[in-house]
Amino acid sequence: MFDFLSEYDVLGVFWVTVQLTFFAAIGSLIWGTILAGMRVSPVPVMRGFAAAYVNLMRNTPLTLIILACSLGLNQTLGVTLGGEGVDQLNFRLAVLGFIAYTATFVCESIRAGINTVPVGQAEAARALGLGFTQVLGIVVLPQAFRSVIGPLASVLIALTKNTTIASTIGVIEASYLMSEMIENESDRILLVFSVFALGFVILTLPVGLILGRVAKKSAVKR
Amino acid sequence: MSTATSAPPMISASGVNKYFGDLHVLKEIDFEVPRGQVVVVLGPSGSGKSTLCRAINRLEPINSGEIQVDGKPLPSEGKALAALRADVGMVFQQFNLFAHKTIVDNVTLAPQKVRKVSSSEARKTAMELLERVGIANQAEKYPAQLSGGQQQRAAIARALAMRPKVMLFDEPTSALDPEMVQEVLDTMTGLADEGMTMLVVTHEMGFARRAAHRVVFMSDGEIVEDSTPEDFFSAPKSERAKDFLGKILTH
Repeated sequence: MFDFLSEYDVLGVFWVTVQLTFFAAIGSLIWGTILAGMRVSPVPVMRGFAAAYVNLMRNTPLTLIILACSLGLNQTLGVTLGGEGVDQLNFRLAVLGFIAYTATFVCESIRAGINTVPVGQAEAARALGLGFTQVLGIVVLPQAFRSVIGPLASVLIALTKNTTIASTIGVIEASYLMSEMIENESDRILLVFSVFALGFVILTLPVGLILGRVAKKSAVKR
Repeated sequence: MSTATSAPPMISASGVNKYFGDLHVLKEIDFEVPRGQVVVVLGPSGSGKSTLCRAINRLEPINSGEIQVDGKPLPSEGKALAALRADVGMVFQQFNLFAHKTIVDNVTLAPQKVRKVSSSEARKTAMELLERVGIANQAEKYPAQLSGGQQQRAAIARALAMRPKVMLFDEPTSALDPEMVQEVLDTMTGLADEGMTMLVVTHEMGFARRAAHRVVFMSDGEIVEDSTPEDFFSAPKSERAKDFLGKILTH
């Protein structure tokens, strides 16, 4: 029944999905943390920029952002991100788009986490002479992160599934191959769907389970 | 204001006003904490005494007036303010130990990050301080594993690790179970005996009698009396102070 699968590189395309997710996750975690820091900073310009960025990006369809990276950044402005060859180029543009979009959700999760840290923690740190970035980096963020591992796991799962949008700019990941198989294997459509659905569940289910356990273990006791 | 001949008082406030919205919480506050003295601030809830304490290291910004620490006006923001805070130790009602760090890491953090002391030296000092406040055996535990009294003593050690010129205590025993109050007060009395300059906001009359050089009584945002503990407790001048003492000393 599954013989036809051997004609396709299913594992290969899922590997691309994993890579897209991995690089986009790292990037959006970093950029999202910086944005969260800006949103709580005492500098009004930074707060304003981060708020405007988050509200703009979060409310724009991801497809539009990914297309804008390809058509706007690359084809109009000539940005290549050092990518050689069309595959590498599209891969990098897609990762950039995912980072720009997903970072807004990371930022808002972390900001919610910052609000769970009692004000006294930051006050004690300031009273000891620590500067803003030290208070944030040493005292507030480490506690905030621990309280938002659950929500961040949801963001990561959403990101994993969102990577299918990379196919719109020609990145050959899981959903790209799925479309191809639907055309070629029109008598096995349900089977094709099932294979890809299962593939994504295999990727995302452990993420939720593992991070759920990490969240429980690292919770700050008060 | 500044006297060139003799050292200025450790803390001086003049004409300080502070509002929370329409509420006038500090009204034309003038007072001093001379070097090496312990000044205890007493007063009913909502009298502004905690706000006054928090204004001294600018955790609460003031609306007008001037506060000087060690002869220098309080900087408004940035590095200068952080540098001043490093020299002013503060102990909070809720302890505010860093919940994700062990007790010894709580004590070594600021000396390492602010004073750039090496980690081995910071740890050595921290263990000496924890020994002094009697909780060296709790050094590797997290704050939530300690009793309230132990946490507050750790918080005192954390503040002392910065070798502050002056210590501010904002109701340090108010969140403690009764049986733990004494161990914290003993630690504070020890500090006072060593000549540390201290400003203590408290409801502990026993501590005020025993350790204070001066007592400041606040009510409704004003300093109503500023006298020695003997005078204040035996012969309060104002009606408000008599009323306050009547309520707390009768039972």
